[in-house]
Amino acid sequence: MAHFTKATSVKDWLNQRLAIEKVEKVMASEYWIPKNINFLWAMGMVLAITFALLLVSGIFLLMYYQPHVDLAFDSVNFTIMREVDFGWLWRHVHGVAASVVFLVIYIHMFTGIYYGSYKKGREMIWISGMLLFVTFSAEAFSGYMLPWGQMSYWAGMVITNIFSLGDLHLNGLVEWIRGDYVPAQAFLSRFFMLHVLLLPLAIMGLIGLHFAALRIPHVNNQDGEEIDFDAESKKYLAGDKAGSKVMRFANDFMSKDLMVVGIFLIFFFYLVFYNYGFALDPVNFDPADMLKTPAHIYPEWYFLWSYEILRPFSVNIGLMAFGFAQVIFVLLPWLDRSPNAVPASRRGAFKVWFWLLLIDMIVLTAMGKLPPEGIFSTIGLVAALAFIVLWVALPFITMNEKKV
Amino acid sequence: MKNKEPLILVIVIAFALLTYWLVEPFAHSQMHKHVEGKNFAYADLPALTKVGNAANGKELTMGAAGCTGCHSIIKEGAPAGMDPVTAAQSYGVNPPDLGEAGVLYDAKFLAELIKNPAHALKVEHKFDAAKGQMHPMVAFYGAGGDIDQEVADMVAYLQSIAVKKDELTPKMAYENACGRCHEMRYEKWTQIGTKPSFKFEKDLLAFDIQVLEYQNALTAYMGKLPPDLSMYIRSRSEHFLSTFIENPQAHLAGTAMPRVGITADTAHKVIEHMANSGDTKRDERASIGTNVMWYILVFAIFAFLWKRSVWRDLH
Repeated sequence: MAHFTKATSVKDWLNQRLAIEKVEKVMASEYWIPKNINFLWAMGMVLAITFALLLVSGIFLLMYYQPHVDLAFDSVNFTIMREVDFGWLWRHVHGVAASVVFLVIYIHMFTGIYYGSYKKGREMIWISGMLLFVTFSAEAFSGYMLPWGQMSYWAGMVITNIFSLGDLHLNGLVEWIRGDYVPAQAFLSRFFMLHVLLLPLAIMGLIGLHFAALRIPHVNNQDGEEIDFDAESKKYLAGDKAGSKVMRFANDFMSKDLMVVGIFLIFFFYLVFYNYGFALDPVNFDPADMLKTPAHIYPEWYFLWSYEILRPFSVNIGLMAFGFAQVIFVLLPWLDRSPNAVPASRRGAFKVWFWLLLIDMIVLTAMGKLPPEGIFSTIGLVAALAFIVLWVALPFITMNEKKV
Repeated sequence: MKNKEPLILVIVIAFALLTYWLVEPFAHSQMHKHVEGKNFAYADLPALTKVGNAANGKELTMGAAGCTGCHSIIKEGAPAGMDPVTAAQSYGVNPPDLGEAGVLYDAKFLAELIKNPAHALKVEHKFDAAKGQMHPMVAFYGAGGDIDQEVADMVAYLQSIAVKKDELTPKMAYENACGRCHEMRYEKWTQIGTKPSFKFEKDLLAFDIQVLEYQNALTAYMGKLPPDLSMYIRSRSEHFLSTFIENPQAHLAGTAMPRVGITADTAHKVIEHMANSGDTKRDERASIGTNVMWYILVFAIFAFLWKRSVWRDLH
């Protein structure tokens, strides 16, 4: 057993038992961050804050929500929206944050791709990030089921149908997932459980892994510079704050994080109070009706690009393309054969690849929402093929990249 | 090295806005038919050519025209011949009380409704007299005089007994113009009236059975039970609601929903009542929104000043 002495202060008492000073150093004041990074590096903090908003608003909503097919719709739209003080506010915060979190995730992802932050020891950061993307997607989908509106019901129907896997006709699997022949009580109960327990637990665990993965390789920087963190941090601690290439996480970088969070929250609350329609789809304010299919069934905007990779093909090919799109991002650290971990702007062909991928995914997103008719189908098909071609071409265009 | 942050910010915002524009305004403009409102002018209906006489109108309404055979006018002492459930079982839907018809409905529409109900209601696809499909409301064929004068008299009478325009509340407008087909359970409204609080469950069940029987008759008449409108202010845009009420066929050709012929003012009140059911916190949202925006703005300014003071030593 360790040796304990009579504490001289509360801090000392805690220090002897929890080593709080050391923890504070490791986690914050001597957690070293490169100085040459821009506001895109604050997206992690923006995501953490958005997740906190989702968690807190979700806890309030959970106190009134009823996971029963006969009560769910009214518990949301009557109890929470009308009866509970500020229930409408929690719901709008939750709904808007669920949509905006994906905007920030995509910015965060494309930042990683642009600056090559998945290379040279940072592979686990990328993989844990992609696992977070997958669990956030499942969390968003399961949450979308809960108000039990028309879009909840029909999106649940369409997405679970995917698991029959076309000509494999795995209808038994679909029934197993639903717990019924159609989305009904068993379906709602289990998606409720997934949304409020299992997936949030997985997300919190993965956030821990994501942070841990960052520790050894350190944060990347915007110039692709290799920084000697030991030497630079010594310089900083010796008093040469301006000359050192690194800074403390807290308060140095955190002050910038918080500034970006402040600006982000202005945008976020503007959406919550004045422009929430995009995140709370009007169609979902009609109660679920299994006898009435909505004229247009579409997923939320952040799933549209992968939906459009599924849609333009025949069933089996579409499913294969869809599966390809779901896993291919995870493999990025190995598909990119280049030795350079520098910004895309200095990587020749990869630069073109990056902007083409971004534009292609925006085109896919737009076509995923538009009715699959006429010119929209054609554009969707071309964009889906382009997506596959881009990823297949990636190893070849990066293989011959010159070392910079 | 020069600061690239402004450029990066512009690129991020530009791509985010482009995506937003594509999936929201643009996609929705492609998915939904655009119907232009015509300001409830009912230009397809003939204008009234005669000046009505309310006293003559009263005699016709209560007498020769036979209106009160089916319609009550409670405020004028003419009771309903049947309870709502029996009426719905007889006619498909409970014929409305005519007490406020003069303020709810457009005069041209009322006149056409009296002379040719299926035409005024735009339900001729369902009720074609030539095929023996009679509309449950019998057309008025005249009481022996000038039919246009007689119709104008009845319209004048209905207008004379109705409340003034500014006395018509959103709730009255909804219940009279929509409420015999559309439930609004968040406002405790059923097709047979406001659901009371009952002391005994037996009475509650008896009431629910009445509602159910009414709804069964209504479903048989309309083909489908008309939807509950509690949340329609959120599930449909105001523009959609307004243009749909003005002419359901323009949005949904062949729908069983009749054109109800309400005035622009009544339509405005009906939509306000829908907001009173489905968006009760809109005023609170606006006032809290303003406060939160100020708070966050001040927070952002302090965060910026803190960042600047911390970073002064870093350069």
